[in-house]
Amino acid sequence: MSTQPGTTPTPEPGTSLAEQTHIAAGGDVDVIAIAPDSAEAAGILEHAKLEDIFDADTYAKAQNLISRYPQSRSALLPMLHLVQSVQGYVSQEGIAFCARNLDLSDAEVSAVATFYTMYKRRPCGEHLVSVCTNTLCAAMGGDAIYKKLQTHLGSEEKPLGQNETAGTPNEPGSITLEHAECLAACDLAPVIQVDYEYFDNQTEDKAVALVDALRAGKKPAPTRGAPLTSFRGAELQLAGFFPEDAQQYRTDVDGPSQAVETLRGAQVAQDRGWTAPAMQDVPLPEVEKK
Amino acid sequence: MADPITPVLTKRWLSPNSWTIQSYEALEGYTAIRKALKATPEQIVQLVKDSGLRGRGGAGFPAGIKWSFMPPNEDKPHYLVINADEGEPGTCKDIPLMMADPHSLVEGCIIASYAMRSHHCFIYVRGEALHCIRRLNAAVREAYEAGYLGKNILDSGFDLDITVHAGAGAYICGEETALLDSLEGRRGQPRLKPPFPAAAGLYAAPTTVNNVETIASAPYIVNGGSDWFRQMGREKSPGPKIYSISGHVEKPGQYECPLGTTLRELLDMAGGMKDGIPLKFWTPGGSSTPMFTEEHLDVPLDFEGAAEAGSMLGTTAVQVFNETVSVPWAVMKWTQFYEHESCGKCTPCREGTYWLVQILERMVEGHGTEEDIDTLLDVCDNILGRSFCALGDGAVSPIQSGIKYFREEFLALCEINKRELVGAQA
Repeated sequence: MSTQPGTTPTPEPGTSLAEQTHIAAGGDVDVIAIAPDSAEAAGILEHAKLEDIFDADTYAKAQNLISRYPQSRSALLPMLHLVQSVQGYVSQEGIAFCARNLDLSDAEVSAVATFYTMYKRRPCGEHLVSVCTNTLCAAMGGDAIYKKLQTHLGSEEKPLGQNETAGTPNEPGSITLEHAECLAACDLAPVIQVDYEYFDNQTEDKAVALVDALRAGKKPAPTRGAPLTSFRGAELQLAGFFPEDAQQYRTDVDGPSQAVETLRGAQVAQDRGWTAPAMQDVPLPEVEKK
Repeated sequence: MADPITPVLTKRWLSPNSWTIQSYEALEGYTAIRKALKATPEQIVQLVKDSGLRGRGGAGFPAGIKWSFMPPNEDKPHYLVINADEGEPGTCKDIPLMMADPHSLVEGCIIASYAMRSHHCFIYVRGEALHCIRRLNAAVREAYEAGYLGKNILDSGFDLDITVHAGAGAYICGEETALLDSLEGRRGQPRLKPPFPAAAGLYAAPTTVNNVETIASAPYIVNGGSDWFRQMGREKSPGPKIYSISGHVEKPGQYECPLGTTLRELLDMAGGMKDGIPLKFWTPGGSSTPMFTEEHLDVPLDFEGAAEAGSMLGTTAVQVFNETVSVPWAVMKWTQFYEHESCGKCTPCREGTYWLVQILERMVEGHGTEEDIDTLLDVCDNILGRSFCALGDGAVSPIQSGIKYFREEFLALCEINKRELVGAQA
């Protein structure tokens, strides 16, 4: 903090929380009196106080993330996933948490959090259902599936909108719906993801049955991916933390992936006896040592 | 002449639990690093140059040349970054590869890192690909336990760490410099080039960014040699390539064929058009590559062939659409994608895609006029070549090619409004 005689120190960006910034303005500054609307500013210091809702374990995980990178700021994207695994979205507290751990300002973290589609700005349901509506999936039925789910999870009069939740966020059986851009499973179109696990070759009926099962508290098995947990469970894995129980870990990793479509070319080649040319063990090229 | 399908990258995919280290090692896995680590880094770079391997992420830049841009000294740490942010509409090759055979990517990372004197490699995977992230983490963990990663790998004195990093849903992060910004914990926006990543990349240190399929090819090239690799594909585009066929075909899927395979041949393998409904348009390599029609059935799909026919090879994401699909609608959907994914850094792309979407939506709703077609092309001219990165160029591809081949269909959308005007005058 730079202090010259007779002046009020200027707050610097950094880890400071909102209330510290106000305190840094100096005891001689009545922030409420100088606010454009002092009535609105009344109580601003109390409001600015953000509760630190994160426990010691989450702090330990944040430090673990930082240790994985040569520079701490690289841990920001995984740390925002970590925040979502606790709260089901990126809250103001979550932003302050990342800022505190990485020695960034809240504004710097906000700028990043608002750039990426996967960071949700409102609390999500127990599950996140993403319907691919990019051109190819849309042409194969994705648009119709999305429309169907909008009215099925909402109503004819009030269809569920982008990133809106059916049910109470974070409560069992609640579902947040979104239309997603290309999910890179075009050979299995149209596709849906639940908590980022693939449900391939969908139809309107299959999609309705899928969300109904989720609402009833069931965990339908994905076509490709690990057994479902929840949106928050998926976010913990995206942050880079996988089940510690060896059995559970193995089950997740070994979740299905060998879709018929994925293997088609390899299968045709095997059936018809087609192969790549045979390899000979040849030496590596000689180069002059520089 | 190679067989129509040449399983190299896909050869283990049919094996049970192909993603485990046991399966990988049983099928020649981790043999290439034993050979590579005994050679010098210069020899590996020369081998990859000789093989003619070209980048599989879309641009087709020769991989060996790119590797040779890395400085020979180690004044600053060197980084290898794998671009696994697969998100180009239609593209679905890297995700199945990472799910089915993550160890081939890990082994490729070790070889490439050794060749470029890098001791830390990052695999930047798009966040939505959770199962890939899980499999890659497991593969990296297994590789550490087996001594293929960490300190003094196989007693060679070479050290390497791999970090698997999840993205958070931004197509632009597939652009290499945007990816680096994102990996540094910033908004994923492209950087001005030069300096190129080999001079100042991740943390301003020498960095090479390569696509998954490119790096996964390295172990096979080390084992088989450049002549073997060149037995597949064509002179300037050698090697096998995973063609992802999707859309209105009987048997969509992943087909690994020599570069230069045509759509006619691919359709034949994929069981032809679905329900026999004729082909209308298709993309050779994702939505950013100008579309083709049935007159391009015999275009050899390699980097030169696709370019000579007026498009690009891109990611060999062959999206096939039949007669039932409206071209203006498809173009509108793609444009909505680019508008959503434009990072906002440069004006032509940010503003241009915004206006293109509005015009196209109006046309598809039936309120377009002939003038709109000219406006679309005019806006495209102001985006193409004037944007910060290739996203803007990609955004105009479907529009320009759509109007080029299907102007009648765009005009038909305006026809109704013409009649209304005549009626109003009467």
